[in-house]
Amino acid sequence: MIPEIGHFALIVALALAICQGAMPLFGAHRGDRALMAVARPAAIGQLAFVIVAFGCLTWSFLQSDFSVLYVANHSHRALPDLYKVSAVWGAHEGSLLLWILLLAIWTVAVGRYSRELPEAFSARVIGVLGLVSVGFLLFTLLTSNPFTRLMPAPPDGADLNPLLQDPGLAMHPPVLYTGYVGFSVAFAFAIAAMISGNLDQSWARWTRPWTTWAWLFLTVGIALGSWWAYYELGWGGWWFWDPVENASFMPWLAGTALIHSLAVTEKRGLFKSWTLLLAITAFSLSLLGTFLVRSGILVSVHSFATDPERGLFILAFLGITIGGALGLYAWRAPSLDSKAGFRPLSRETFLLLNNVLLIVATTLVLIGTLAPLVLEVLQVGKISIGPPWFGIAFTIPMLPLLFLIGVGMHTAWRQQALAPLSKQLRLPAVIAIIAGIVLPGVFYGRLGLLVTVGCIAGFWVLSTAVMPVIRSLRRPAGTPRITRAALGMCVAHFGVGLFTLGVTIVSAFSIESDRSMVVGQTVEAAGYEFELRGLRNVDGPNFRALEGEIDIRKNGEFVGQLRPQERTYIVQQNPMTEAGILVSWNRDLFVALGDSLGQGAWSVRLQYKPFIRFIWVGCLVMALGGLIAASDRRYRVSVRSEAREGVELGPEEPA
Amino acid sequence: MWKYLLPIIAFAIMVPIFIIGMNRNVSEIPSPLLEKQAPQFALQSLHDPSEQVGSSTYAGQLALVNVWATWCVGCRAEHGFLMELARRNEVPIFGLNWRDQRAPAIDWLRQLGDPYMATAYDEDGRVGIDWGVYGAPETFLIGADGTVIYKHIAPLTEQVWQKEFLPRIRAARSQAR
Repeated sequence: MIPEIGHFALIVALALAICQGAMPLFGAHRGDRALMAVARPAAIGQLAFVIVAFGCLTWSFLQSDFSVLYVANHSHRALPDLYKVSAVWGAHEGSLLLWILLLAIWTVAVGRYSRELPEAFSARVIGVLGLVSVGFLLFTLLTSNPFTRLMPAPPDGADLNPLLQDPGLAMHPPVLYTGYVGFSVAFAFAIAAMISGNLDQSWARWTRPWTTWAWLFLTVGIALGSWWAYYELGWGGWWFWDPVENASFMPWLAGTALIHSLAVTEKRGLFKSWTLLLAITAFSLSLLGTFLVRSGILVSVHSFATDPERGLFILAFLGITIGGALGLYAWRAPSLDSKAGFRPLSRETFLLLNNVLLIVATTLVLIGTLAPLVLEVLQVGKISIGPPWFGIAFTIPMLPLLFLIGVGMHTAWRQQALAPLSKQLRLPAVIAIIAGIVLPGVFYGRLGLLVTVGCIAGFWVLSTAVMPVIRSLRRPAGTPRITRAALGMCVAHFGVGLFTLGVTIVSAFSIESDRSMVVGQTVEAAGYEFELRGLRNVDGPNFRALEGEIDIRKNGEFVGQLRPQERTYIVQQNPMTEAGILVSWNRDLFVALGDSLGQGAWSVRLQYKPFIRFIWVGCLVMALGGLIAASDRRYRVSVRSEAREGVELGPEEPA
Repeated sequence: MWKYLLPIIAFAIMVPIFIIGMNRNVSEIPSPLLEKQAPQFALQSLHDPSEQVGSSTYAGQLALVNVWATWCVGCRAEHGFLMELARRNEVPIFGLNWRDQRAPAIDWLRQLGDPYMATAYDEDGRVGIDWGVYGAPETFLIGADGTVIYKHIAPLTEQVWQKEFLPRIRAARSQAR
């Protein structure tokens, strides 16, 4: 009964989504207020029914109702309750439902916080979001229904993939999807602006906080995924340039470009059509990420062909959404662009360079991800593109970007005189060069070209990001302090600096060592002694594990103890590595237990990962910066009263 | 204003690529491992978790390593030919059951026949990653010294066997002598 209620709720949600998509848009076109007024109640109703559907599916998982095919395929009685809940979004059907739920939540939030916007405009935004939701609901109901019954019901389920039985991965998809879906708001704002033919600076101000929120969720989601891959996959890598990762990274890059382009559109009324295009691109890449990877067109080349119906629907949906948006863009964007100019040395120039470099990076990642497919289709030949290619291709646009960040932050809008700028930047430049040479040279004893340049870039971004904050603190009391938007920018860029240092140091100075160990043996790696004290069997709720006990010493002094596990999950009978990780701010010691080598010997992988925490901390600091910027006062005060005051322009208030 | 048309033109070019990509025929991707040592591994045997199957199982002889899974349609297509190869007894065939579930995989071999001398069970695909497996089915020809002589993606057929595998097998065997 419960699954049928869920199924029915989903159908009602579709009906409401159709109303929410069609009526406000038509109403806005005709100037009919009654039709426009449908937007908010329809969105709230849709959310209510989607919550019911989602709740029913969750309930089926918690009750272990294996007469539901999706539950039978992805759950098991012995699965801990936390993972029964996270199993809801553990595979294709449920993650679509999660997408729909998050979209409904975003839509209601937009409805709630857009009351100050012109009525026709907010009606159009909510209408476009409704249309997106129609597409997803249709796709789910027609091709990927999570409530399909399985008769007769099996006595027990096939269990959740053990890789997904982890708190980090339980949280990763909701956060990542919140980011993906969030870009639909910027997309809807862009479509609404193109339909109405009206794109002014207040449009950019309405769009900015929504975009920033989406971006910060995506940032945290990607960081969570990377962290999970690090400790769960057992290899000690943190980024693999795998198509799934690239699919989340491309919208992030485009979204980052969008945030910066929106700043120019808000402050100076420039880059309008470019901003629109970026909003469409960020959302299109999110859709591509959700669909193409989930459907396996890139990962496993065969699963896609087995379900042509699904593939066709996806292509039609992508074609209508992206093709329609780009068609509208080609038609309406030319009339929206403005022709105001700016000097070569101005913040506009640096933000333009930022956009160019980020889009080059996005394109390179896209090429690397799709090239094997494209070349194959063109029958030119087949290639496989691996991490080394991505590493080089990505560094080429990113390294100059890091150096430009520091200059751009301190450059005024419109026009900047060279002399005061270079005077301001002298100190951070000196700090960056000294610290960038000392860190690798003195502490790690090796100065490579790429390491040194990377460290200098990291310290350069850090020191230039701190300067505006220090300057604000040193101003006499009573004078205006740094705005939240500017502070958020500094914090986010500080995060970029931390991230850069982390990536540079960890790729240059990591040490990996695969050893064979017997109980009682001590091996030395990266200046630490690892002693295998014992091995024992432990039982988890749905797995058995062999647990090693490893004492770590440095120069005979006890540093810590690790208990890595080699788990075998009972139902799916597959081995999983639970690495032991000893964390410190400036290094991780990573021990993974491998296979038995016979005669009491076990293969053990020992790794020393300097500065790896900086990577994730850097991402979290970036997201924190987004949070601070999105909470800026000017996004909260009444839009109408602000509009009367006009848009302030201040070189002292970087965006 | 043609510059505003560029995005939709770019998108229009990509759509047919996706459509063809959906229906394409996967055959061969150059492996970075060619002429290098195949990565060592030791996994549970598919049939018996307490037994190990790995690179040492086939070491010292010319061997085929076939990557397969029950969810893979191409594997079903090539299975008959693998059975035929096993009957001809030219080269020993070893299986790498990849990203699969144990019970259906064992059923599959019981129903369709087992052409493999031994099958390693790579549930989470970790060995597949080491080996650069792009998508099942893939077949590696491994020399007696453990180097990867040739790699074929997509179902094995008589034509592929005659054209790509047999000449290399003969060359490798004559070199060894």
